[in-house]
Amino acid sequence: MMKKLLAKTYIWILLILLYVPIIFIAVFSFTEAKTLGNWTGFSLELYKNIFTGGVGGGASLMAAIKNTLVIALIAAAVSTILGTVSAIGIFNLRGRKKNTIQFLNNIPMINPDVITGVSLFLLFVFLHFSQGYLTVILAHITFCTPYVVLSVMPKLGQMNPNTYEAALDLGATPAQALRKVLVPQLRSGMLSGFILAFTMSLDDFAVTFFTRGTIGLETLSTYIYADARKGGLTPELRPLMTLIFTIILILLIVINVRQGRTKEGQKTIIPVK
Amino acid sequence: MSKRSNWAIPYFIFLVIFVLLPLILIVVYAFQGQDGGFTMENITKFFADGDALNTFAVSIEVAIENTLICLLLGYPAAYILANKDLNKSAVTVILFILPMWINALMRTLATAELFNVLGFSLGKGTLLYGLVYDYLPFMIYPIYNVLLKMDNSYAEAAADLGATPVQVFGKVTLPLSMPGISSGILMVFMPTVSTFAISEFLTNNKIKLFGTIIQENINSSMWNYGAALSLIMLLIIGLTTLLLGGDKENAVEGGTV
Repeated sequence: MMKKLLAKTYIWILLILLYVPIIFIAVFSFTEAKTLGNWTGFSLELYKNIFTGGVGGGASLMAAIKNTLVIALIAAAVSTILGTVSAIGIFNLRGRKKNTIQFLNNIPMINPDVITGVSLFLLFVFLHFSQGYLTVILAHITFCTPYVVLSVMPKLGQMNPNTYEAALDLGATPAQALRKVLVPQLRSGMLSGFILAFTMSLDDFAVTFFTRGTIGLETLSTYIYADARKGGLTPELRPLMTLIFTIILILLIVINVRQGRTKEGQKTIIPVK
Repeated sequence: MSKRSNWAIPYFIFLVIFVLLPLILIVVYAFQGQDGGFTMENITKFFADGDALNTFAVSIEVAIENTLICLLLGYPAAYILANKDLNKSAVTVILFILPMWINALMRTLATAELFNVLGFSLGKGTLLYGLVYDYLPFMIYPIYNVLLKMDNSYAEAAADLGATPVQVFGKVTLPLSMPGISSGILMVFMPTVSTFAISEFLTNNKIKLFGTIIQENINSSMWNYGAALSLIMLLIIGLTTLLLGGDKENAVEGGTV
């Protein structure tokens, strides 16, 4: 009994320490004060500003949010397609070829962001490729796809390999067999891969920072970085953080409760970086 | 069957262009002088550059300290979370994973702002607090996963054969959880060495980590020196990965929550 109480207390102390800064931001998102830590009475003004794009850096913040979402959506979609097709290919490879491509696939996951960022920066310089939207998206696809490959691979192992051949024998074209036989069986792996890729892209700072060039492209991360270096966060970031956190909290709980209920593929996916 | 293996070809080409070639370019630029010819200058410059060497030493020191604190705090947490007698709720586990989904920069700034408001002066202490705060979940999760999958009958057998609880832990549970520990160390140590931005915010620019000087050099168009520093970092990463023999796949795979 004593042991249980001690264990519970330890866990809760850690959790409180983890959440204090987030709660602190959330509380102060409900007041108008420019500087954090000043309470000037309850107000929803900052929340309104986010949605109307009004006052204090509102417009550029909105642009940064839009860029972040567009980049994450494109990168996650392309990574999911590329990763799934490649996973099927890798799954059917044998021996040295398989090892080589799996080794290459692991590199972006092991490399710290700074190295991925610098190396891609040098690549674009070397190829005389002008940096901007496109290079950021290519860079994001580079570090997202390995996670899709890893999410889809286990599903291939669980699948009956003969179903695809059967579809071909019964007259389906390879494209039809892919769409009607393979994809439905791989869907859950593709979905977790997509979600993982999407959040990795949203979260990225270092790689974007090195590959965005000098055209003034800002994502949420680079915006926050620039903002904090100027001294003092844009107050509108407080409600934004609170909203993002709440949405993710709800999403994760829903996903986990649903998975717990269906008992199928009980895997929680986490971003690893 | 053989045809479907061809589906990996486009990705193979992609990997060569966007993963292999960039890494080769780091090596090429690291050994290239201003005139474009081969030189060792960039590497020797690092060993003569007091500031860079100092930053390097500080980064390794901070990364070791951060990894140790995360391990000491995280192992008991993972142990409790994975133990069905001590923790029955899946929500507690989700609560530990959740902060990993929030932008690290945002979390760091929130911590830094909190210290400011509370009147703490920013320095080494706040840097370590912030790093532990950022990376603790990455230590807990892989260890938790390994402990969860561990077959309990080994520990039970040891206890039946007369081992004390301390012996059971030291001789059975701990050795069996080593793979989780090495993935955890890998996932905390390497990102700490290479962080930039985080250390600037948490110490008010007082302490720089290795990632920051790479960024500064690249940004001020000192590409060759930046590449040399990146190469040095790559070597350290290669060494730690070899030493620990761990891989992140353990963690990506996830576990039952």
